[in-house]
Amino acid sequence: MQKKILDAISKNSRYSTEDLAAMLGTDGNVIEQEIKKMEEETVICGYPTLINWDKTENEKVTALIEVKVTPQRDMGFNKVAERIYKFDEVESVYLMSGGFDLTVIITGKSMKDVARFVSEKLSTLESVTSTATYFVMKKYKEYGIAMTGGKVEEERMLITP
Amino acid sequence: MRNPLSKKVVEIKPSGIRKFFDIVNEMDDAISLGVGEPDFDTPWHIREEGIYSLERGRTFYTSNAGLKELKTEVAKYQHRRFGLEYDSVSEVMITIGGSEAIDGALRAMIDDGDEVILPQPSYVSYEPCIVLANGVPVIVELEEKDSFKLTKEKLEAAITDKTKILIMPFPNNPTGAIMTKEDLEGIVELVIKHDLYVISDEIYSELTYGGNHVSIASFPGMKERTIVINGFSKSYAMTGWRLGYACGPKNILSQMLKIHQFAIMCAPTTSQYAAVEALKNGDEDVEKMRTAYDQRRNFLMKAFKDMGLQCFEPFGAFYVFPCIKEFGMTSDEFATRLLKEEKLAVVPGTAFGDSGEGFLRISYAYSIDDLKEGLDRINRFITRLREQKD
Repeated sequence: MQKKILDAISKNSRYSTEDLAAMLGTDGNVIEQEIKKMEEETVICGYPTLINWDKTENEKVTALIEVKVTPQRDMGFNKVAERIYKFDEVESVYLMSGGFDLTVIITGKSMKDVARFVSEKLSTLESVTSTATYFVMKKYKEYGIAMTGGKVEEERMLITP
Repeated sequence: MRNPLSKKVVEIKPSGIRKFFDIVNEMDDAISLGVGEPDFDTPWHIREEGIYSLERGRTFYTSNAGLKELKTEVAKYQHRRFGLEYDSVSEVMITIGGSEAIDGALRAMIDDGDEVILPQPSYVSYEPCIVLANGVPVIVELEEKDSFKLTKEKLEAAITDKTKILIMPFPNNPTGAIMTKEDLEGIVELVIKHDLYVISDEIYSELTYGGNHVSIASFPGMKERTIVINGFSKSYAMTGWRLGYACGPKNILSQMLKIHQFAIMCAPTTSQYAAVEALKNGDEDVEKMRTAYDQRRNFLMKAFKDMGLQCFEPFGAFYVFPCIKEFGMTSDEFATRLLKEEKLAVVPGTAFGDSGEGFLRISYAYSIDDLKEGLDRINRFITRLREQKD
């Protein structure tokens, strides 16, 4: 049942408990309990909304930063990652294989904002040995959802056999 | 001037859906739960393969029976999913949708006056195709009390010494009924006993809920007397690509191929290349779509229960077939009024045969939000009808 719930809400977290129960052929209490359990186990970590800020008047700047770090004794990369992800402006942090160690994605109000974060907060961390910052110019797709284009019109004929 | 028309063609009734389609088309703000095709787009990796084949300049005919690679994949797929063994060279042919395969199979097998047993409610094209092939359709009316399955008793009662073919339209459009292995056993026994052939239209075979589809051709002694028809429209959301296929014994397929060769030449090349990709790498897409359909099916069943609208539980395709007999109207009247008063289009059950009287076909090839809006309108409409009655 947990897998079924996750499949159903992975692309749309706004289904009501009643709707979910109907869709999965169970009753509302079961859904409530299972979701609560998964929240407690942080299988479900949150319910953010996917917003295309470009279509609003609030400008936002997103940057992807490749970070090289010196892992700390006994704690490996985790401690460094934690020191980075605790900053509010940091949206994602991933440990990477390959030529650098961490990908840090941050969102700021302006390029200046981002630059300040990199030069004052990130690169000054003792274990950070280098950074390379790339600004996002346009978002096409996020979390499996296309960000460009308008609402898709129904193109099927209204009645077919 | 002489009358240019063939009597046989003129006598064929236009599809009941056609008339309804015309009314709907005049209302620009109507919404619909009347569509018989998936709401999903064809998965991108499949479309991409079609685009690539055009880029590569693969714009020529293929061999009449279809691309060798596609026929091989079809044979593998039939084996993987339904345990059927077909020789990809002589027992598989690619057609323009399942529709062409239905027509071709009937034309290849019927002599004047042969009787074809046709269970109804079922898809609109079987009956006219039987007539066009000079066959005699013998309708078996399926009933809700049997969950719209074909029973052994009903089949036996329809068999005469002129019966040659049985059409098996399961999973069924419009009822959503399926035939399980147990349900098929009695049918198989009669088919063999009376030396009949079967045209098994399995276009919805990927869309069953709660158990895998069982092909009648998988029973001992049945493969050599069954034409299995399937295609890409429903399972891979590829209706507009017009691609289907038939699998069956060589002696029948070679005659079907003759008709196909002269009437069609070959199925669209772009679609065939895309279909190879669908069969090779599309299992996961099918699974995703099936899960979504099943959620919607559950959602509808619950909604009808809450409304007190009688509806047997369908385990296949993407239709529900609720009963509207309590309102004392014909299906046609009900659907017409629902359209005029609530601007919601559904298909009257009678579009699929007389035995569909008293029922509606409601499609769940729609998002949950669209279904909700449609259900609200049905609920308003039947609440009003019930109040008027009291």
